[in-house]
Amino acid sequence: MSAPADARTDAGATSGAGAVVTLEHVTKRYGPPGTPNAVHDLSLTIRAGEICVLVGPSGCGKTTTMKMVNRLVEPTSGRITVEGRDVMAVPAVELRRRIGYVIQQVGLFPHLTVAENVAVVPQLLKWPRDRIEARVGELLELVGLDASTYAGRYPAAISGGERQRVGVARALAADPPLMLMDEPFGAVDPIRRERLQNEFLRLQDRVRKTVIFVTHDVDEAIKMADRIAILQRGGVLAQYDTPDAILARPASEFVERFVGADRGLKRLSLSRVRDLALMEAITVRAGEPRAEVRSRLQRSAAPRYALLVDDANRPLGWVDAHALAGDGSVPPDAATPGAPTLQPETTLRDALSALLASGVQLGVVVDEHEKVLGLVSVDAIGDVLREASPR
Amino acid sequence: MIEGQPFFRPDWVVNNADVIARRVGEHLLVTVIAVVAGFVISFAIALVVRRYPRLYGPVLAVTGIMYAIPSIALFVLLIPITGLSLLTAEIALVSYTLVILVRNIVTGLRQVPPEVIEAANGMGYTSLQRLRRVELPIALPVIVAGVRIATVTTIGLVTIATLIGMGGLGYLIVNVGIQRRFATATITGVTAVVLLSVVVDLILFEAQRRLTPWARSRET
Repeated sequence: MSAPADARTDAGATSGAGAVVTLEHVTKRYGPPGTPNAVHDLSLTIRAGEICVLVGPSGCGKTTTMKMVNRLVEPTSGRITVEGRDVMAVPAVELRRRIGYVIQQVGLFPHLTVAENVAVVPQLLKWPRDRIEARVGELLELVGLDASTYAGRYPAAISGGERQRVGVARALAADPPLMLMDEPFGAVDPIRRERLQNEFLRLQDRVRKTVIFVTHDVDEAIKMADRIAILQRGGVLAQYDTPDAILARPASEFVERFVGADRGLKRLSLSRVRDLALMEAITVRAGEPRAEVRSRLQRSAAPRYALLVDDANRPLGWVDAHALAGDGSVPPDAATPGAPTLQPETTLRDALSALLASGVQLGVVVDEHEKVLGLVSVDAIGDVLREASPR
Repeated sequence: MIEGQPFFRPDWVVNNADVIARRVGEHLLVTVIAVVAGFVISFAIALVVRRYPRLYGPVLAVTGIMYAIPSIALFVLLIPITGLSLLTAEIALVSYTLVILVRNIVTGLRQVPPEVIEAANGMGYTSLQRLRRVELPIALPVIVAGVRIATVTTIGLVTIATLIGMGGLGYLIVNVGIQRRFATATITGVTAVVLLSVVVDLILFEAQRRLTPWARSRET
């Protein structure tokens, strides 16, 4: 806790100072000596500004591990440091005020308005009133809630997704360097969960907190994590690595089973179209002589098809060899419509399913103005898949 | 009833308005002392139970037994010790409020959702801050409900405290009305007790509504 409690940056919510968290041989046993450990000899270093996801089956000690960081649970042995200081050396209450805390059921205070809920920790830290007010407004905007609409409402009067966002805003209120999140999106429906996850990732891009995130959902872990710690029953660390490394090289049979047989496919969610080397598209505009297009296609290495584009270089559809046979120029209606377009941000998993669904081998990658950037083939995605399956 | 006299004499009520008002005042004072003292004791007991939940069973048993003792019997039992005094009346009245107040304060505190407690702990409330700023406000509607029941019950019981010379509206009902066979006083006293109960209850209800605006928005 080296930063003073009232450290305020001009950037406010965007101050990007995450804390390093270390666990050294941490063991937690709830019962008397001789009973099984909830967490067993766990050592981890969580880097500043990273999202570390603790994942594992129930009874693996993931929540216990997280709660030992803010001392809601105290370790039986071992040492935990946050920003280099032993958590047991700091008064628990002070420690917790410097660590954001988000839980599945949110736990908003029903008797306080949204604004008062967000203001809780700043108030505990005795910030001046005007500073709290400014901070609350800033945070509500940050999590995408219009302050004038939501500030005065009580939790009972807002939706589940909105409550969860207020919970995140409340945890960020005092700009803590570390956030603990216990299945934060576990209680919302899948569609809203996806949206909250994306929102949180975008938020994290701005605030760069160190985040310890607990979930039992492997897909959520892969999506959210910079690094995943997989725990198995008895609180034993099975593997701690990046999602990519875990999917590519599971350290044990347990990990392999836990991440699932489709881990190759899962790994595709980690890469995006922009990570691939795009193939050049052979583009053609209406009115060009067919013969010329044929010779261009013959000179090119890969694609057998030409892509008809409009004057702004936006794709209209594929032109096949049949339509290019003979003389004359390419008519404006020569294209077969329906080519799937992909964005650079599309995950390879989504790209693959789009290609498979439309029955073509090539996807057209377009920029935000719909202009053609290049092509992605099923084969190129397949290469990534093969890399993902070492055995 | 005295022969030849009307059953109810409104002129008596008008002429004795000051006496009636004084009896209402006495009645209210004895009630308020009982409820306030009962609340303070119950609150302390509830805090102990919050700390040591296992004591709740025994506490309920003891307060329940006290509640089961007939009030007249309790007065009789106490008179040799504390005499015909306000203290005697209050000991009896307070002991009756305990069962209601302890139960409601404990229930109120216990129905604070566990995730709210966890969030409060996780954000760095001290135990006392959590009690004052989170648990008590959330428990307030249930606590006030208990205070309302205890108050109305006490207003009724104070009438009986007249038997040991505590005045109040019981004096009108029993000493003036029944003993002197003067129905007007009895009717006036009973009516005043009922009105007093209703008015005090409404005041407490309104106070609770104003103190817990959040509980209203939940209903919508």
